[in-house]
Amino acid sequence: MKTYIAKRTLLFIPTMFLVTVAVFVIMRIVPGDPALMILGEGEEGAADNLTVEKLEKLRAKLGTDRPIYVQYGSWVGNMFKGDLGQSYFYEGKPEVTFYLKDRIPTTVELTLMSLVLASIVAVPLGVLSAIKQDSVSDYAARIITLLGIALPNFWVAVMTIFFLVLLFQWAPPLAYEKVWDNPWTNFQQLIFPAIALGTSNMAFIARITRSAMLEVLREDYIRTARSKGLAERVVVYRHALRNALLPVVTLFGFELGRLISGTVIIETIFLVPGMGKLLIDSIGNRDYPMIQAVVLMIAITVLVMNLFADLLYAWLDPRIRYS
Amino acid sequence: MSLDRGSDSVQAGGRVEVEPGVFATLRPKRTVWQSIRFFATRKPLGTFGAVVAIILVLVAASADLAPHDPYRTNVATGDQYSNPSAEYWFGTDHLARDVFSRIVHGARVSLYVGVLSALMGSSIGLVVGVASVQLGGKVDLVVQRFVDAMMAFPGLILAIAIMSALGASVNNVIIALTVAFIPSTARIVRSQSLAITEMDYVLAARAVGAGNTRIMLKHIIPNIFALYLVVFTFYIGGAIISEAGLSFLGVGSPIDTPSWGGMLSGATRQYISLAPWLAVFPGLAIFVVVFAWNVLGDALRDVLDPRLRGTD
Repeated sequence: MKTYIAKRTLLFIPTMFLVTVAVFVIMRIVPGDPALMILGEGEEGAADNLTVEKLEKLRAKLGTDRPIYVQYGSWVGNMFKGDLGQSYFYEGKPEVTFYLKDRIPTTVELTLMSLVLASIVAVPLGVLSAIKQDSVSDYAARIITLLGIALPNFWVAVMTIFFLVLLFQWAPPLAYEKVWDNPWTNFQQLIFPAIALGTSNMAFIARITRSAMLEVLREDYIRTARSKGLAERVVVYRHALRNALLPVVTLFGFELGRLISGTVIIETIFLVPGMGKLLIDSIGNRDYPMIQAVVLMIAITVLVMNLFADLLYAWLDPRIRYS
Repeated sequence: MSLDRGSDSVQAGGRVEVEPGVFATLRPKRTVWQSIRFFATRKPLGTFGAVVAIILVLVAASADLAPHDPYRTNVATGDQYSNPSAEYWFGTDHLARDVFSRIVHGARVSLYVGVLSALMGSSIGLVVGVASVQLGGKVDLVVQRFVDAMMAFPGLILAIAIMSALGASVNNVIIALTVAFIPSTARIVRSQSLAITEMDYVLAARAVGAGNTRIMLKHIIPNIFALYLVVFTFYIGGAIISEAGLSFLGVGSPIDTPSWGGMLSGATRQYISLAPWLAVFPGLAIFVVVFAWNVLGDALRDVLDPRLRGTD
């Protein structure tokens, strides 16, 4: 167990290094020179005033005049100092970390809300489906999950807004309230995005719960529990569900990836000022340092959560003896 | 596991001649039609998926028969936001373009992106996964760290990052999705080919002197093919939904391209209460097609490779 933890944690370091390389390389396949782009894209006629001195000055300011490995080195070096770079777009306060600190809590809140909502619906649905296998309710639950997985979350979101407008004249609010400023308004603002975000995850979790429950219910210890004369409720919840939830935990990292992908879309539609909306806005602004920082933060989060899920799994399931 | 594969390595030098009738006692040979009927009765939902997939191909192939030009804007006539009618079956959008014709042409974009990126992503992943196991040792270790790193990016995020660098175009979407599909395929294929490498028939092949290349081509890849086909089918659905998502966000297909995802963004979202058909029909198209590929993938998985079958 200890060797497993050590091994798993050590593997994290080279992976982390490769993640930074990957982000850096993707952002460097941008065709053209960012300095030229910034100067050329200003107000009308900006391209005419373009001088070599101006260009070189901006290149020096952005650091793009240095060799590529020096750029990578200073980027990673600054990262350890808590500096993720300077935004090309926000001139008044260009530190990328300032915007990340502002946006991350919102996305975390939205993700957690949607995960909780999805689990509340999905786990009972999966259990019901498994204990009543091949009944009408099982088929109904399976059809719901099959449909839920194929429903594109952006369509769910667009249609949710449509019905909210139709029924309540509700529209995504322009001013977002933070949870510590105004919890009730914040809840009202996030509940619909959370539902739209959680639909496909709900379906997915229900499906996994069902198949895990079906497998566990065939185990010998369930037969033993039943033959001891335990109430069916105790057998299902104490004995079966506890073990069936293990694979659900392992898939947590994978689920998180799907949820984060989803937040990009949901935040854009519902105008929630989180990381996802920041990413899409930054693409519109061609703010490459910001895109780079957001993508890196997402990858790090997924890596850390995967590590956490693996360790949790090893700890939860004593049957597993890792060598 | 089929018995007729790998039997050539049992005797050194030359094939083992087996009477064709030998296997007939194990599994009756079916004609193509019998196989299709068998699939249709055993997997009705999968058959539905296959039918929708075939319809999608037919629609994409005959998109030029659509009643209107999907690009032609017609603002001058004042036909913007027309209700669905005999002239415009699914209504018109903010530029008075025919929504039905755009959906029909969108099938072409979806299928083109779906099939090409799924094919390239799963094929490159297959090669990487199999080669990683065959070369083994340090190569495997290094390749797997790369796979780990790439898998830290949620698929859509990786695609968005690549698209932000490459710029919006249909072919760039294919590149972005291909890259996003490679790591997970490589991981699945690797674990499967590790299992196959341990099989007795591979050991037997090695014992009679078969080299890495021969084992890879004659034993591992044929035995992974079912898995490959299932992954490929699922990825088509995944690619179609991702292309729609990227175009919806404005980082996928260019804005005037008739793409199902793109049709849901922009003016559609602004004027949804005025013209709900703009959101309903493209969304339904994505949903039905993705659902179809998913259930087809499920059914193929159950039929082709019972080891992959879940209890659902």
